[in-house]
Amino acid sequence: MSDTSHPAPAGTAAVAEGHAHVDHTQAYVKIWATLVVLLIISVAGPFLGIRWVTLITAFGIAVVKAYMVAKHFMHIDLERKWILYLVATMLALMAVMVGGVSPDVMQHHGRNWTNVAAQEVVEKGLKEAPAEHGEHGAAPAHGEKP
Amino acid sequence: MAAHRPIATTRSATGIPTGRLAVWWVIASEIVIFGGVLGSYLMHRLGHPEWEHQSVHTNTWIGAFNTLVLLTSSLFAVLAHNAAELKNGKKAANFLMLTCLGALTFMVVKGFEWTHEIQSGFTMQSNMFWSFYYTAAGLHGLHVLAGAIIMLFIAADARKNQELQRVEAIGIYWHFVDIVWVFLFPLLYIAK
Repeated sequence: MSDTSHPAPAGTAAVAEGHAHVDHTQAYVKIWATLVVLLIISVAGPFLGIRWVTLITAFGIAVVKAYMVAKHFMHIDLERKWILYLVATMLALMAVMVGGVSPDVMQHHGRNWTNVAAQEVVEKGLKEAPAEHGEHGAAPAHGEKP
Repeated sequence: MAAHRPIATTRSATGIPTGRLAVWWVIASEIVIFGGVLGSYLMHRLGHPEWEHQSVHTNTWIGAFNTLVLLTSSLFAVLAHNAAELKNGKKAANFLMLTCLGALTFMVVKGFEWTHEIQSGFTMQSNMFWSFYYTAAGLHGLHVLAGAIIMLFIAADARKNQELQRVEAIGIYWHFVDIVWVFLFPLLYIAK
């Protein structure tokens, strides 16, 4: 396969059809290097102290990294389409679970109900919060709150 | 009666070799397992502002180092797959052993990290944040351990140029374990 940005998966068409396999080592190393650069950005992001930047560099980049690993290392896009549908279905089920229970979990009171236990835990936790905190008692990390 | 291979190891009724298909089904079930844990963590995290006083104690640098270790081990896994495709079983086995070394490094670092955290008083019982932390990272660690053990068996066969198709199967599993950590890292170590 000439497209070095997306090496062919092993055990698929190349071998099955008896085609000679090409060594994709360099392409894989380039993808790994990109993943490492993205990791560095995700660690550096919170140091800016801007919440939306942290959200993008942490979670946005995590999605990009996961996509790159799934595409270039797992070769999911070259699998049969229904493998993609299978994975998408599982992700959708996860979204249904989160969407279904999140109103009850994330909020501690509603129109006709109050989660007294959760409210007490939050209040107790905030009261007990130390004046200073950091990684294992070290300096405060990144200087940002969620 | 002569021993014979089970037909399921080689047949391909769906257009996908059965072994690889099985790995995808495992991953499908794992998505629901880890998705449930991570989804629950996220919802609780957003509903419990007091957790920020706990999450600040996780060490970002250790998490980042372990992310680097897993990304690198994923590279070795895909290079093993590449070598298997080139019918070079010995090279594939060597790359699988390097992947296992990554798993070992990950687990050793986790061991030191957890020891320090537990000695600092952060246990599963100390706060719900830490319950999620140890459950999610522990479940992931078990998958790392299981993957490494399976990989050792596959590497032993690959070294003899046997069952090279399994190198790809364990690689797919390993990359999934890597992806789970890619999401655990920002959730547990960066969002403070």
